Amino acid sequence: MNTPAPLNAAGATVAVVRTGVANLASVCAALTRLGATPVSTLDPSVVRDASYVLLPGVGSFGGAIETLRDAGVVDALRARIERDAPTLAICLGMQLLFESSEESPGALGVAAIPGGATRYPVDARTPHMGWNLVTPERGFTAFSPGFAYFANSYRIEDPPEGWAAAWTEHAGRFVSAVQRRRTLACQFHPELSGAWGAEIIARWIADRPVVVEEEAPAC
Amino acid sequence: MLRSRIIPCLDVRNGRIVKGVRFAGLRDAGDPAERARLYEQQGADEIVLLDVSATDEGRAAALDTVRAVREAIAIPLAVGGGVRTAQDARDLLEAGADKVGVNTAAVRTPALLDDLAARFGRQCVVVAIDASRDDAGGWSVVVRAGKERTSLDARDWAAEAAERGAGEILLTSFDNDGAQNGYDLDLIRAVRMRVRVPLIASGGASGHRDFAAALRAGADAALAASIFHDDRTTIDDIKRELLRAELEVRP
Repeated sequence: MNTPAPLNAAGATVAVVRTGVANLASVCAALTRLGATPVSTLDPSVVRDASYVLLPGVGSFGGAIETLRDAGVVDALRARIERDAPTLAICLGMQLLFESSEESPGALGVAAIPGGATRYPVDARTPHMGWNLVTPERGFTAFSPGFAYFANSYRIEDPPEGWAAAWTEHAGRFVSAVQRRRTLACQFHPELSGAWGAEIIARWIADRPVVVEEEAPAC
Repeated sequence: MLRSRIIPCLDVRNGRIVKGVRFAGLRDAGDPAERARLYEQQGADEIVLLDVSATDEGRAAALDTVRAVREAIAIPLAVGGGVRTAQDARDLLEAGADKVGVNTAAVRTPALLDDLAARFGRQCVVVAIDASRDDAGGWSVVVRAGKERTSLDARDWAAEAAERGAGEILLTSFDNDGAQNGYDLDLIRAVRMRVRVPLIASGGASGHRDFAAALRAGADAALAASIFHDDRTTIDDIKRELLRAELEVRP
């Protein structure tokens, strides 16, 4: 059996979209620990053309999308996702890639992914804060099952068509990540999810999908 | 299903961890970034850092400490102590905090919680409540590190704080803090009845049975300081015992 080369993110420059009040420090620290160089930006041409773009997000859906739209970054994000340029969206960043959120009725998201975020039921423990299990479905290759750190009050309930999903349980099942080739959107925080989370970011940069063994290999 | 969290707390003054009993009698207990990294390796689910400096110089130094801890760990970091304004909170978030805790300033000006939630999102806002048993069988909120007892009922304050925008409650029993005779389980139950936001139990842990009792009483997380700093037990030992007791923690 061949031993795969170690994951390597050294030398990669990652454009981190400045969505306003997002705490960029954790994301930048995680990238730096992997040997990558984070550069924070709101420049549409950088967001469109950068080798790697990371869209973090803390705050409200409406406020963040307004910041992105005012900067002209919404179209740039949609364009790079359409041409399959490596893009990683985290927490609110994931929800921003969808069309809408119950958090900010009437606000249009980046709309690179069909669907929208909904509120948890009123009797659920919210925010959904802490560590929870993430289980990818078949066809999802960005990471293996593991425990992730979450801090969210809204979530995606229905898997978008054309995307592979990973799932988590909290007041019912919800979509905790979606992936289509080089675009990965996580409801949880890989940058705060220990070694398992660091590996997700490293795999995304190194373009190293998880190899899932087929049930009955043809010989 | 969310796993119960075990959270070591670093009380920091002038760049060093300090510890004491009932918020007094502080002594040195190590380097914050070094300890935080060790605790992450042991399975800590999150780090809480409380700046107990009383001076402006101390506060400025605390930002450097937050940066150093942030660089060292890949798990969430909540920071509190002396946060009075939205600008204080922003400074901490920019230095690397993922959540900001407010205590006395929120009691004095409850609208600070609404303001912080609107600016940063409620998942960033932790209200720290120090509660002390009163003669009426309830709990009064104490502020200024226990120096001042208020007329606020801790249960009412917890409910109001969550309503205003606190996304989490760090609930410390002032009476039990540092005494290592167990958490105030009645207090945990009483506050749990009133709020749906996550609840972190604090004050009094001496061993794994105390953690189990706090989680069974309704806490989502249990915090401790001395027992970890003294190396009397480790987080992985605590978690092993909790798993054995059929409590769900991240292995």
